[in-house]
Amino acid sequence: MSQRAIVSESRFARGLLIGSALAFLGFFLLLPLVAVFSEALKQGVGTFWDAVKEPDALASIRLTLLIAAISVPLNIVFGLAASWAITKYSFRGKSLFITLIDLPFSVSPVVSGLIFVLLFGAHGWLGPWLNAHDVKIIFAVPGIILATVFITFPFVARELIPLMMEQGKDDEEAAVSLGANGWQTFWHVTLPNIRWGLLYGVLLCNARAMGEFGAVSVVSGHIRGLTNTMPLHVEILYNEYDFVGAFAVASLLAVLALVTLVAKSVLEWRFDYHHGGAGH
Amino acid sequence: MITVQNISKRFGDYPALHNINLTIEPGEFIALLGPSGSGKTTLMRIIAGLEFQDSGHVLFDGEDVSTRKVAERGVGFVFQHYALFKHMTVAENVAFGLSVRKRKDRPSKVDIKARAEELLGLVQLGGLGNRYPAQLSGGQRQRVALARALAVEPQLLLLDEPFGALDAKVRKDLRRWLRGLHEQMGLTSIFVTHDQEEALELADRIVVMDHGVIEQVGTAEQVYMEPASPFVSDFVGEINRVDVTVTNGLIRLHDRQLDIPANGHADGPAQLHFRPHDVELAGAGAGAGAGGLPIIVSNLFRKGGKWRVEGHCGALDRVIEIDLDAADTPPHVGVQLVVRPTKSRIFHTSGR
Repeated sequence: MSQRAIVSESRFARGLLIGSALAFLGFFLLLPLVAVFSEALKQGVGTFWDAVKEPDALASIRLTLLIAAISVPLNIVFGLAASWAITKYSFRGKSLFITLIDLPFSVSPVVSGLIFVLLFGAHGWLGPWLNAHDVKIIFAVPGIILATVFITFPFVARELIPLMMEQGKDDEEAAVSLGANGWQTFWHVTLPNIRWGLLYGVLLCNARAMGEFGAVSVVSGHIRGLTNTMPLHVEILYNEYDFVGAFAVASLLAVLALVTLVAKSVLEWRFDYHHGGAGH
Repeated sequence: MITVQNISKRFGDYPALHNINLTIEPGEFIALLGPSGSGKTTLMRIIAGLEFQDSGHVLFDGEDVSTRKVAERGVGFVFQHYALFKHMTVAENVAFGLSVRKRKDRPSKVDIKARAEELLGLVQLGGLGNRYPAQLSGGQRQRVALARALAVEPQLLLLDEPFGALDAKVRKDLRRWLRGLHEQMGLTSIFVTHDQEEALELADRIVVMDHGVIEQVGTAEQVYMEPASPFVSDFVGEINRVDVTVTNGLIRLHDRQLDIPANGHADGPAQLHFRPHDVELAGAGAGAGAGGLPIIVSNLFRKGGKWRVEGHCGALDRVIEIDLDAADTPPHVGVQLVVRPTKSRIFHTSGR
């Protein structure tokens, strides 16, 4: 009774609101997802597998995994270092530093890619020197890694900074006062305190590292079988009217997204549970 | 013996401590008492080595430890909110200090376990070693934090607002128990508090601080009975403050001369402090109590084993608090009385 009194909208209005929200979700999120899988499997599972096993596709999968395997650990280290510095110490220019961490979020990915072309490209600042020493960065794997690291830098740090701020430095001071060195303090005290947040950040970082298109597209050079990541490969196949191939590779990326989503929900559930102070 | 010499500390533009000198004898139980922002916690953190002074020295037994880190000073620190490691069991928390030692100094796993169990017994938490901090009450967590700090066998135990987060009943029990533990272990202990009652009850000596300066160091008796400054007088215990003037060695409240000796205080504006129980009451009849403060009783209530009388003093436009013994017949509300302090202190108001 009391519920009805507070919620004053009529049955019709409620139905309309819920219905339109569902329709919106269905049209913009669910339908494309279904379309990706149905297009990929349109000509049967056999064709799907053939498209995935195609050497250039396999090369793009390998490259994407390699890029993620290098850039995610790098950003775990950078993210931890940055959030540690920001939350445990006070220093000049701290707020500027915090703002800078968000830069990759606010800059268009294409611009991020262009920055690296400007720096390391043949006509860039360091281009001639790199050329003379036979180091290839742009249109090669190192460039893709640089661009990916840049784009995914905020994920881990963004996740950890608020968490570590909230936790303060009492626990660390307690550990140090009991004789723990820096590494022991980090390993036995800080890391367990932030592990769920860190894992969450890593998950988001990984999803973006594998899915990044814009910045990588600028620096990669689109060399088939060499510098094409999965998102770039999808575009190429699509432009060549190889729809089954394009959607097959795209469906793998979609699966990654779904796995990330599920893992994220599980983590959030665990995270809340621990945050509630319910113990183990 | 702990010696603090000329310690000063600033946080940005904020002067947290100014030229602090203090000596603490072995076995003493010291309270750092003051309002928030008085610098008491900063001073303790500097003694611990969790914070470093801008100038001055900290000496342990004559040895300068100013540049030593907290782990090298042999102190046990109990944090205000305990800072227990919540992903570790109670036993693991207590054992932490021993298990992070270098291999050559580290006792065996069995010994560490036994030591943790022993310490948990000492703090009356035997058998709770397998619990997690979240499963304990506030008082129990406090004792785990204490056991953890004691595990590294500190010479000096430092406690930051040790009873601040506990409810009144637990606080009282824990206070008495902590005092006993301090004696039993032969520790030197320093604790920070803003609660004067706690300091008076627990400490051998009290260091009263305000605005980064030590106002007075003394026993509970000295601090309470012979406050060295108006701040101490006001902060420790209850007090009535009356603005007066000293002229020719006599104390005047406006045009009324008070029957209180000025004890040779120089002329000028001053503040008269007296405790609610250090007074005589007289009726407002002609002649009687001419040299006292006239009040009209505005409120009367039982306060523990005493009567608390609140009287409005028209000349001051403020309320004077008076304690009467339970056996006395209390005055009625609305009655005119004259209050004469039997014990009072006079502080000059210029300067501060």
